[in-house]
Amino acid sequence: MATPKEPRPYIDPYLAGALLGVVLFLSFFITGGGLGASAGLSRIQTGILDWFAPIHVDRVAYFAEMAGGVRNPWLHYAIYMIAGTLVGGFASGLWNRRVKVETRKGPGMSTGVRWALAFAGGIIMAYGARFARGCTSGQALSGGAVLSVGSWAFMFSIFASGYALAWFVRRLWI
Amino acid sequence: MAPFDIAHLSGLPYALVFGAIGFGFGAVLEMAGFGDTRKLAAQFYLRDMTVLKTMFTAIAVAAVLIAFAAGIGVLDMSRVYVNPTYLWPGIVGGLIMGVGFVIGGFCPGTSLVAAATLKVDGIFFVLGGLTGVWLFGESVSSFETFWISSNMGRFTLPDWLGLSTGTTVLLVVLMAVLMFWGAEKIEARFSPAPAAAPRRRRHLAGAAVLAGAAVVVAAVGQLTPEQRWQRSAKLQAMVTDREIFVHPAEVVALRTDTSLQVDVLDLRSEHDFNLFHVGGARRVDPDALETPEELKRLRDRPPSSVVFLVSNGEDRALTTWRQLVTLGVGNLYVVEGGVNRWLELYPAPACVAERATTAAPEEPRWRLAYATGASLPSAWPELASSREFRVPCEDPVSHAPGEHGERWPAHAYAKRVKLQTKAAVKGGCG
Repeated sequence: MATPKEPRPYIDPYLAGALLGVVLFLSFFITGGGLGASAGLSRIQTGILDWFAPIHVDRVAYFAEMAGGVRNPWLHYAIYMIAGTLVGGFASGLWNRRVKVETRKGPGMSTGVRWALAFAGGIIMAYGARFARGCTSGQALSGGAVLSVGSWAFMFSIFASGYALAWFVRRLWI
Repeated sequence: MAPFDIAHLSGLPYALVFGAIGFGFGAVLEMAGFGDTRKLAAQFYLRDMTVLKTMFTAIAVAAVLIAFAAGIGVLDMSRVYVNPTYLWPGIVGGLIMGVGFVIGGFCPGTSLVAAATLKVDGIFFVLGGLTGVWLFGESVSSFETFWISSNMGRFTLPDWLGLSTGTTVLLVVLMAVLMFWGAEKIEARFSPAPAAAPRRRRHLAGAAVLAGAAVVVAAVGQLTPEQRWQRSAKLQAMVTDREIFVHPAEVVALRTDTSLQVDVLDLRSEHDFNLFHVGGARRVDPDALETPEELKRLRDRPPSSVVFLVSNGEDRALTTWRQLVTLGVGNLYVVEGGVNRWLELYPAPACVAERATTAAPEEPRWRLAYATGASLPSAWPELASSREFRVPCEDPVSHAPGEHGERWPAHAYAKRVKLQTKAAVKGGCG
């Protein structure tokens, strides 16, 4: 057993997968939709933009759909889900003693570079997620479980491009 | 029958339902170690296959549970959101995401968990994510044609492979188990610190349980439309309460609503159709509607469209309605009283139409002098100009009600059409 100060070990990946599968099933069973994160991010961003540039939001169709006119981008299930995800992650981190201000990175990478790359990766990832109409959770996981052809094609293309690029940037991680 | 109608919940319980689901999601991701970017990135260097193992276990378990719940009739798949397939935009988006994954070391969901446990790189990733969705919203209009291309609608692996849902789920499970076997081999080969194997027996047992469950799902099968009908008190009530029968005057009124796409499908014989039909109606064989292509077209119609089925009476249209609705078609209604009633409310000139003495419910009640098609004013009651249509025989009596561009008499009716979006909740991508 871990000593009180050390973080507890991660659970078995298959057990985690089974639990995640049950959560995913419950999401479909109760709400009729799957899990997700990128829609919530998109709404948070649109909501913030709506504070500063409401007219611009009304003019760009993609934003107007969420926050145009009197529409409220915040009172939406995707926002509630993202809030739940943050609280759930925090609670599990607290219980397992993993809540700690720190930066995780590959050996030999400086913290500043890691932050910059995380930011850049976030931009690319979120751009791709909206392009594909969903991220790893909303499209690959949820669409995969309900056997959507597009979700499976999407899932394999993430892995394909990730593996294709990984070798070239191996210094970042190994 | 699930999924539940949670859209009717008031603010707080509604938020709590989704908050609780999100909580489970976030907690499991954190427990699996997905808050640690190194664990995620290691997937791409074959040193730690946790991402693959967890993800495919989750998909396999959820697919088995969903197909089982649908098979025993507790989950109505027609109301479950299935991500529509936009093949090429999805593939391009996936390729972009793979790049972001390797550079940034997270995906959107896992970055939230990393940020929640105060990993600074996770916080930066989330900020980058907010920037990325903003950039996408600003730029999407410049490549919109590509972005909405190759839309195949609700297109599932069983449709594609021509297999039953149960068999497809079984194949998914077998593929997942095969991948896990490969993942274990890869880890044993590449992982710097191979895990001890005391769990092997438990893993094998788990795989056996999962495969067994998939076999059960395949054996149970999915509900036939008839079984779905028998089990759905809600659908049966819609017929007995006559909620699905729409007064012709309401059809006429909706046809003038430019924000809606209103289609009338005429299920009668070509002979009857040629004699008279509602303007713009399309004649279809009831059986032809149940071919996979037609069904798909009906299911994938936009939420702002309504389809009306019409026959001479109501019976035939009702039979088709039952079949289509149990196959998952929404926003579908039957014209009350059929064409017979239509011609009673919007009569054809007397020189063209003569009332038959006796007629069975599904027989035409009006005998038309020639094939009028949609050329009579009765076919287009919503058009004021239809009053000017030329009728070969000049018949002052039948022209009387609206000789000078007057509208048809206003018929009172109870509104029955309630547009419903197919799935209220679109999961995390909505």
